[in-house]
Amino acid sequence: MSNLAQRLREIVGDAFVSFEPEELYLYSMDQGTMPPAAPDAVVMPKTTEEVAKIAQLANELKVPLVPMGGGLVLSGLTRALKGGIIVDMKRMDRIVEVNPASRYTVVEAGVTQGKLKAYLAKHHPELKHSMPDAPPAATIAGNICIHGSGHLSVLAGFHSDMLTGMEVVLPTGEIIRTGSCSVSPQWFAKAPLPDLSGLFLGWSGTTGIITRLGIRLFPNYRFNDVLVYVCEKAELMPKIISMLTSTQVAEDMTPWMVPKPEWAKGFFHINVAFGAHSKKELIFKRNLLQESVRQITDTKAAGFLPIPPVQKERFMKIPSPDLARFADARKGGGFEYVGAIMAIERFAEAYNAGIEIAEKHRVTYSLGARIIGAGHAMMFFFAYAFNRADKEDVRRAAQALEDTNRACLDMGGIPWKAEMPAQKEILKRMDPGAAALMDRLRDLLDPNRIMNPGNWEA
Amino acid sequence: MDTTTIAFDPALCAACDTVDCLMKCQHIFFSDIDEARQEKQKINEGRESRVLHECLTCYACQEYCPNGNNPFFLLVERQEQLGLLPAPRPIIAEQLKMMAPKGRIAKTAVSPPVVNMCAFPMLTGSIRGRLFEGASVISGTDIFCNIMWLHFAKNSVIRERVPMAIDNIMSFFLKDSNIDELVCFHDECYGAYTTLAKAYGIDVPFRPVHLFEYINRRLDDMADAIKPINQVIAYQRPCSNRLVPETDAVLDEIFKKIGAIRAPRKYDRQNALCCGGVPRAHQRDEYADELLEKNIQDMLDIKAVYCVFNCPFCMATMGQEVAERGLMPILVSDLVLAALGE
Repeated sequence: MSNLAQRLREIVGDAFVSFEPEELYLYSMDQGTMPPAAPDAVVMPKTTEEVAKIAQLANELKVPLVPMGGGLVLSGLTRALKGGIIVDMKRMDRIVEVNPASRYTVVEAGVTQGKLKAYLAKHHPELKHSMPDAPPAATIAGNICIHGSGHLSVLAGFHSDMLTGMEVVLPTGEIIRTGSCSVSPQWFAKAPLPDLSGLFLGWSGTTGIITRLGIRLFPNYRFNDVLVYVCEKAELMPKIISMLTSTQVAEDMTPWMVPKPEWAKGFFHINVAFGAHSKKELIFKRNLLQESVRQITDTKAAGFLPIPPVQKERFMKIPSPDLARFADARKGGGFEYVGAIMAIERFAEAYNAGIEIAEKHRVTYSLGARIIGAGHAMMFFFAYAFNRADKEDVRRAAQALEDTNRACLDMGGIPWKAEMPAQKEILKRMDPGAAALMDRLRDLLDPNRIMNPGNWEA
Repeated sequence: MDTTTIAFDPALCAACDTVDCLMKCQHIFFSDIDEARQEKQKINEGRESRVLHECLTCYACQEYCPNGNNPFFLLVERQEQLGLLPAPRPIIAEQLKMMAPKGRIAKTAVSPPVVNMCAFPMLTGSIRGRLFEGASVISGTDIFCNIMWLHFAKNSVIRERVPMAIDNIMSFFLKDSNIDELVCFHDECYGAYTTLAKAYGIDVPFRPVHLFEYINRRLDDMADAIKPINQVIAYQRPCSNRLVPETDAVLDEIFKKIGAIRAPRKYDRQNALCCGGVPRAHQRDEYADELLEKNIQDMLDIKAVYCVFNCPFCMATMGQEVAERGLMPILVSDLVLAALGE
């Protein structure tokens, strides 16, 4: 270990390596229900070259490496399950380039959602990126790695769909690039090359360490609005979603179903956010959206909530504060959710399962979804708040999460950013050929299996 | 008193020469008076009429009726009886839950003047200064006047909840403090405890005082403190003032005393336009946009500096747009406070 410590210090400097128990304790867990797993060391590189040297060293010594962004994944993916080194990317926080003409930016892996948002607001107010409803300290890279979604996901899909290229350090220490930047000095698209980015997306850090990435930017509208459509039947929701998305004017759509406040219980809401360059265009888009569901509205089975402009502000905050507020519902800072990527027609089934599980385990819940693309899929979330200091509360939430993961898979959905036990469930149901290929790819990329071991293992 | 029917005289209505309730309507148009009469007859007899579908629920017919025969209250009754909801079911159902009495009320000693802020506790800050010296403020859904259900074909809710609100006002605040006057900040409350209560046969054991009446009285006491505004104002007369049109003259006295010039405009007084909030609940946004545009343009045409509201909901609905167009949105009470230098 002393050899490791010395060599890590030579790579990143004394101040950016820690073997101190109190710091390792902080890195042993996230806010979710997964039990702590402490690393042996934490290192904070500043450059891609430093990351490459760390990987070479770890590969040589066969020490596990766990890449980490904001550490806010909630499902324990950045815990060091088999010890080793957590590579905290927060120091690599440079916004390298913004290309307004081709609407992309290149950022280092430690750049946070908040930093990019603030930077664009200051230097490129005509542009924005898709923010997830995560704390501003969440990193862009971390969120893309887990196939996150956000406030522009109806417009442009999963955040990983917005990726234009990556720079990655392989487990053996080589630095590679994917997308246009592997051929050109510019980072405009993944096409038309063989898409090597897929080797690093959704793998939970088991195939390499992303050090830099290009993502798409989008027009930042001067005028913005949100409509809230509400109905009483879960069965109606897929049709409503299909109709609303068919207009292709919304940037974001987020159904929500909550037991509190009391007045909202039993109703199915869907927030529809959209923007425009002028008020006239905004009203035109609003009319299109309203017209799209007129057939249902006219039956009086559903309708748009009449929200005065001054009260719309809370629905238009990015990121939304609602989930963060719910996260502390039980006090004690415990919060985790199953986000199931699934087909939209399963909406009612997912809702009913969520209610049943929450009641069975007596957990504080919030249910909702984010629509992906023009009604192409959804991330249906089952969120549970718990008090970390209350073991019984944590146990109930963990059981609810486990049941939810299973229910999602039974419905044909796939738990998103699955924690280790859920990964095992997914692998059990995966096409054996696909599972075997995953294994072969890892052997190829990571012969010593040093990258985030314990994840994606049957 | 009978609380199951509306005070309405069909014979009086049948003998009406003008059918003003419908002929003066700003939102539904009739080919001639005979058509209007026929539609009114259908409503009176409990039959379906296009009026029941097209009504914007702006309350104006209640004011237009030359006989004080409660045509609007009857129309709402018929909408409910025939199941003709003006808004989608979940919109109504959710608001019914949101505005329901919550039982979060405690006996509190109060002293006069007792100002009822109804369901707008967020505006309690407007009750300040010498104008409201010593005032006790009461608010919350447990004392919500519930008149809003006129917009949603829910007379049954009015019948159920208004007596509860009155009972709460008495037993939690006024009775033990031996007070029999309640200053109503909002036209809705005053309209509920005067015109509506009378028409629905609901007893009101306290004396409702309209905000205008209270302010007008206080301004007499504070005359030397008034610094005239000397600006043209446009007044957004709310729907609920249609229930108590006599108070509009009191408002004129207030404006005169503070030097606010209520310049004549097309959409004031009996021609006042709906703020657009309720049509949006009825899923008629494009029509609401049209009303808003006509209304604000009319305010701009008279070169108004302030757009003055007495209804908090009108202000919430229109305030932002009004401000973007260069007018200052302000409540009557705040305008008066400004004239008093507070």
